[in-house]
Amino acid sequence: MLQLGISRPRQFALIGLAGALVVSLAACAESDRGDGGGGEGGTFVFGAAGAPSNFDPFFASDGETFRVTRQMFEGLVGIKPGTAELEPELATAWEPSPDGKTWTFTLQEGVNFHDGTPFNADAVCKNFERMFNQTGAGATAALSYYWIENFGGFSDGANPSLYKSCTAENPTTVVLELTRFTARFPTMLSQDSFAMQSPQAMDEFGADDVTAQGDSFVFSEYARSHPTGTGPFTFGSYDEANGTIELQRNDNYWGEKAKLDRLIFRVIEDETARKQALEAGDIDGYDLPGPADWDSLQQDGFNLMIRDPFNILYLGITQRNNPALQNLKVRQALAYAIDRQSLVNAIMPENSEVAKEFYPSSVDGYADDVQEYPHDPERARQLLDEAGFPDLTVELWWPTQVTRPYMPNPQAIFGAIQEDLEQAGITVTPVSKPWAGGYLDQVEVADAQLFMLGWTGDYNSPANFIGTFFGTTENQFWTSGSPWGQELADALVDADSTVDAAQRETKYQEINRKLMAEYLPAIPLSHSPPAIVVASDVEGLVPSPLTKEEFATVSMSSSD
Amino acid sequence: MSRATKIDQLAGVAGRRDLDSDPDRAEDAGVSLAASAWRRLRRSPTFWVGAIVIGLFVLLAVIAPFIAPHDPALRMLESQVSRASNQLPPPQEGHPLGGDQYGRDLFSRVLLGSQQTLLVALLATVIGLGGGLVLGTLAGAFGGWVDSVVMRAVDVLLSIPSLLLAVSIGALFAQQTQFSVILAVAIVQIPIFARLLRGTMLSVRESDHVLAARALGVKRREIVFRHILPNSLGPVIVQSTLVLAMAILDAAALSFLGLGAADDSTPEWGQMLGNAQEFFDSQPHLAFWPAGCIVAVALGFTLVGESMREALDPRQRR
Amino acid sequence: MLRYAIRRVLQLALVVLVLSVLIFAWLRALPGGPVSALLGDRGTAEMRAELTEALGLNDPIFVQYFAFLGRAITGDFGTSTGVSPGKPALELFLERFPATIELGVAAILIALAAAIPLGYLAARRRGGWLDNAGIVVSMLGMSIPIFFLAFLLKYLLSIELGWLPTGGRQSAGIDATRITGFFVLDGLLTREWDAALDALKHLLLPAFALSSIPFAVIFRITRAAVIDVLDEDYVRTARSKGLTRRIIRDRHILRNAMLPVVTTVGLQTGALLSGAVLTETVFAWQGIGQALAIGFERKDFPVLQVVIIAAAMAYVLVNLVVDLSYAVIDPRIRAMQKVG
Repeated sequence: MLQLGISRPRQFALIGLAGALVVSLAACAESDRGDGGGGEGGTFVFGAAGAPSNFDPFFASDGETFRVTRQMFEGLVGIKPGTAELEPELATAWEPSPDGKTWTFTLQEGVNFHDGTPFNADAVCKNFERMFNQTGAGATAALSYYWIENFGGFSDGANPSLYKSCTAENPTTVVLELTRFTARFPTMLSQDSFAMQSPQAMDEFGADDVTAQGDSFVFSEYARSHPTGTGPFTFGSYDEANGTIELQRNDNYWGEKAKLDRLIFRVIEDETARKQALEAGDIDGYDLPGPADWDSLQQDGFNLMIRDPFNILYLGITQRNNPALQNLKVRQALAYAIDRQSLVNAIMPENSEVAKEFYPSSVDGYADDVQEYPHDPERARQLLDEAGFPDLTVELWWPTQVTRPYMPNPQAIFGAIQEDLEQAGITVTPVSKPWAGGYLDQVEVADAQLFMLGWTGDYNSPANFIGTFFGTTENQFWTSGSPWGQELADALVDADSTVDAAQRETKYQEINRKLMAEYLPAIPLSHSPPAIVVASDVEGLVPSPLTKEEFATVSMSSSD
Repeated sequence: MSRATKIDQLAGVAGRRDLDSDPDRAEDAGVSLAASAWRRLRRSPTFWVGAIVIGLFVLLAVIAPFIAPHDPALRMLESQVSRASNQLPPPQEGHPLGGDQYGRDLFSRVLLGSQQTLLVALLATVIGLGGGLVLGTLAGAFGGWVDSVVMRAVDVLLSIPSLLLAVSIGALFAQQTQFSVILAVAIVQIPIFARLLRGTMLSVRESDHVLAARALGVKRREIVFRHILPNSLGPVIVQSTLVLAMAILDAAALSFLGLGAADDSTPEWGQMLGNAQEFFDSQPHLAFWPAGCIVAVALGFTLVGESMREALDPRQRR
Repeated sequence: MLRYAIRRVLQLALVVLVLSVLIFAWLRALPGGPVSALLGDRGTAEMRAELTEALGLNDPIFVQYFAFLGRAITGDFGTSTGVSPGKPALELFLERFPATIELGVAAILIALAAAIPLGYLAARRRGGWLDNAGIVVSMLGMSIPIFFLAFLLKYLLSIELGWLPTGGRQSAGIDATRITGFFVLDGLLTREWDAALDALKHLLLPAFALSSIPFAVIFRITRAAVIDVLDEDYVRTARSKGLTRRIIRDRHILRNAMLPVVTTVGLQTGALLSGAVLTETVFAWQGIGQALAIGFERKDFPVLQVVIIAAAMAYVLVNLVVDLSYAVIDPRIRAMQKVG
């Protein structure tokens, strides 16, 4: 009996042993990982923070989608890697008419789309006509965000459009006509949404076949599985069950071919999980590592690249619900009260800068001599007294459930601002709401008094920053309620339509000076650099200040 | 509905006199359910371990304000925090555990966290019990279609996995506060208590001794207070104890999913743990202290609850 | 019996209908909404208003509900706006559901493999060290926040030791054919051993973390059931007949003790789903639990509707099957269900 009794546990122990065996077997097979491609260029697996919405860049407005489409598509003009500067891409040269309304583009020869359709002036016009002729769901901001943001309306004429016409003069010359001059053109064409897509493929797979259904959108066959561009990578597959998107090298690429055989994006929503996946070698890189992880990632031998900051975090002020905030002195008091330098030092990531104005110094029209607001709680109190609000009470809004490149840690930033304001004798009522759960809703309709928000630039243009913020008076800051709101909006439009570059520069500088001294509709806080991290065996990645990396130059140094 | 079945089993206990094959049967004969349960409970080591653990934590919660060296909301070590290089204040003179990600004294926060955590558990349980009591009594007292409607509603709620329900409720609040967390955790418990209480009442009402008392002409009031209520209490106490543990864990899960209270100046362990997730690799101690406390106190409640359940219903032992 | 079954099925239909109304109204009562999630910080007030209109979110809620119901009858449950934008919600559910089932089944299997032998031994040596250790471990399993356990496991086995992958269901770029959506099974069916092993490696850690929930319950039920059975007359009789211990164990004790255990497994569906929300989030497991967590954050109404209703249906169905089998096995329960 006793013997039998002992043998039982042994039998059960076997089960446990079998389990352990599976684990160790699994461990042995570890080296199989990710080298199924076989070519010498290797496979680069990049951790994406979310699933792309679709693969038609025209209908996209989020970074995760663009990160993928950017590798497959090219625009007429591009951005020089590692900078925010314009460079030729599918167009080799361009020339404006004297009034700046007619632009003649000379196209790259010998370029084909992935499906073999030749890229020529005809294709360019078909692309622009397609964008301009959107109707219905395709013409809503959720889908055509970038068109609406840059070109305005569509062919239905409901809203004025910047776009007028496109003419193919000969296969390599195309003429774009605009309804007015804007300094943003043609730089704005470098945005991913305006990439050139194969007219043939778009026809075949019904690219415009997008509908709003109930409370959501249905994308076209083209957008889901047949994106066709001219870029260095072609679309492979989207394995949705496993959350991976595979692109392959375009061996017929007209320029310098991609070094990688395969480029894979793996969706890992959770940031900690992304970091761990990199550490464990499951992925080879990911974007926007949390600043708290920068040091440890570097210490662990990963190649952490910090881009130049191209964004702005500001403390928004809505003048609508709190009369005190309509007083310039009160707004200036707020600016003096906040210790932006220690905010940048203690909370924002390395290489962050205090924001003197509403965009970083690398953008045109930056004025060095704007009024500055060094930390001075005494001055703040004094200004409040002068304004007649010695016991100011304000709501300070901050978002939960979000991090943004310009706002890596909302709660910490909120805490610092709150403390600073209280030190200056201001009573702060904190209001926190989930980002997509009420925060944006109310901030955008000017319900919040003080709020944290920011912006990442799309391209080098002041209009992309302050034009977006204050270009109309219907905005978060309720500038329509201010005597200067319309003046500011008009000045911005005027500057943008100034053809002469030097004159334009002066106008923007003047606007920036006024913004900081006379208007102060919000308080610029900081520019913080977003980072990107890759494993040590990844070579050739050029970080882009616009966070628009192209992976064609990437290669894997180790052979496995 | 099998969560329901499990609840019903517990509820059924209340109606029975304890006459099963327990070795103590002879001495238990004629003794009330509660007394015999207590007799068994007294000898259960797991009960005592759990009770001592809970006792210690309750004691901690009471004396925490007096022994905590610092204000838990004060960012006193902020100068030592560097988000940029991920440095947190290390343990030092006067701060045995160092500081958290905002430079607040971790030791004080862990100590004072006991208050909020126990409060969350207690309030969630009380609200759950209260809501359950209202619904259960409503169903039990009115019977008929009221009973049907209420119990079908309860069944619908029971058909949603509990965390899912808590998340749905938590997301409903415009501002995330400790109160929204409590409510989210509590509402999940309402249908459970409702079903338990109604089942308990039914089985007690139908039980032999109540029938006997009624036959003897004992006053209704006396039946309720002398017989029905005392015998109904057992299962409710068991369930409440288990819910105390569940509430603490659910609150932590909500924080982990980003639905915790936004304001963390008053420390709570679940929230501390949820907010420490980004530091799991680099600063594991931020997570370990609250996690350890949560495990310990939840274990305490589970031990007590389970040993009570076993004592109440020796036939089930589960 | 049949009447009981029919009543329960009707009840299920009612539950689903009521639930669909509740969830529909509920989601739309949530602060914020898909517009914020879609436009993010780039949307102006004007764009937001336009989009709200385009999505029909300005209509009265019952109009929205009946429109939803009308489409739902044709099998169209809307498309995702946040989890996987543009993907039909039902398709998303069907694609992710196998992932969660795979995870849940693996967790149950691990729990069974560990808890039954342990429970049996604990019951045989009641009060012994194994018994006490088992009780403590099972109670610990109930008391540890599962996401914390998942993090610990991941940290230890994936990051420190590098034995297992940190998340996902399969390595990126592996050549795998999909048939059933259960990756391990697919690998075996197609004889892509690499793919199967790879999927298994990804499965182990999350399944182990998730198994802490059913383990605790199965262990204690096995133990209790075996103790009960040991006291039964037929075991005593068998013993007195001089049957070998092995035969007694296999024929009498285990077989009889397994009934409550097997039925209990069904009861774990709900707890497993709750646990899956957390486990899947930690391990980037592309299942419905993760879809729920992301869906709530991004206010993905269609996905939340489908997933919550379907999850509740699955839960109710499994429980129905369990209850029915229970009723078949044990007449005492049948009597009790009349009360409930």
